[in-house]
Amino acid sequence: MAVKIEPQIVPVWRDFKDLQEYEQLRQRRPEGDKHSALFESVTEGIHSFPGGFAVTTVADGFFNWARKSSVWPVTFGLACCAIEMMATFASRFDVERLGMVPWASPRHSDLMIVSGTVTIKMAPMLTRIYDQMPDPKWVVSMGSCANSGGPFRHGYHVVKGVDRVVPVDVYVPGCPPPPESLLNGLLLLQDQIAHFRTTGRRAEPNPKVD
Amino acid sequence: MTRDQAATLIGERFGIAQVEGDSATIVVTVPVEQWTPFALFAKDTLGCRFFNFSTAVDWKEQGLEVVVRVDNVDARFGLLMKTRLGPGVSACPSLVPVYRGANWMERECYDMFGIRFEGHPDLRRILLGDDWEGHPLLKSYAVDTPHPPYR
Repeated sequence: MAVKIEPQIVPVWRDFKDLQEYEQLRQRRPEGDKHSALFESVTEGIHSFPGGFAVTTVADGFFNWARKSSVWPVTFGLACCAIEMMATFASRFDVERLGMVPWASPRHSDLMIVSGTVTIKMAPMLTRIYDQMPDPKWVVSMGSCANSGGPFRHGYHVVKGVDRVVPVDVYVPGCPPPPESLLNGLLLLQDQIAHFRTTGRRAEPNPKVD
Repeated sequence: MTRDQAATLIGERFGIAQVEGDSATIVVTVPVEQWTPFALFAKDTLGCRFFNFSTAVDWKEQGLEVVVRVDNVDARFGLLMKTRLGPGVSACPSLVPVYRGANWMERECYDMFGIRFEGHPDLRRILLGDDWEGHPLLKSYAVDTPHPPYR
């Protein structure tokens, strides 16, 4: 049986007239942002077959283990939080022991750590980098500025939270967050990835604490 | 030329200009029509060859005020030139023909305050995006102006 692949047009934030509409669609949207349509239809087929859930559960466990053991963050620094991010990548707080290799290409990366203030002028470039990353991909919002705009929230040029531009999985509070804090956020993200179900819902992001 | 000599010279040449300031700086307020001649005078006669910065102040009903600082780096004094544009006026003569360093400074001034510098070779936005609406450092600009799709 040939699987028919329909071209899937994923709407981006640019196509919406306001934020509420975009948020509604993002919440309504099923797992489409994490998988290709072919992969999803194949897994659905296996899952609906009698006894097939055992296969998908085992496959889920294996894939999740592989995903969470090799989360490659793209080296993408925006502001002073990037200094702490670099410290996290460096030898003292070695994230490479968690399987994270800071990689200088978005096309080979799984994770974008938004480290710093996102200005309205920078936001299109940030979305472009996010769009260049292959699925499945995750976003960690690092620091007050990326979470909510921080001290610059009432400025004229700052995006008030990077979740208005890209979907965020883990919010790390702090100004800037120390490397331990970011490390905790990355471990939370690995925990989320471990509970990721190919046939179920995407894991909920942890509550925003700032 | 020292700071005091320069102050005396300004008083002689431009009688209407008020000369004030401390020991290292001269603060002069000139009318708009004498803006470019005064800059020429400051560069050639007073030796203020270094264009330090250009900015503006929004005095609400009283209009905008353009502020420029030029420095004489040899004699170690600075000259702070101000001019009032008047209420509702946003046009000002450009200093680019006199100081080449004024180019980007005046573009920034146009970007933030919407002052149209007449005679500027390339007056467009420099810091904000080309599609930005409004001039954010004006008092009339609300900082929470919606900027879709980001707010």
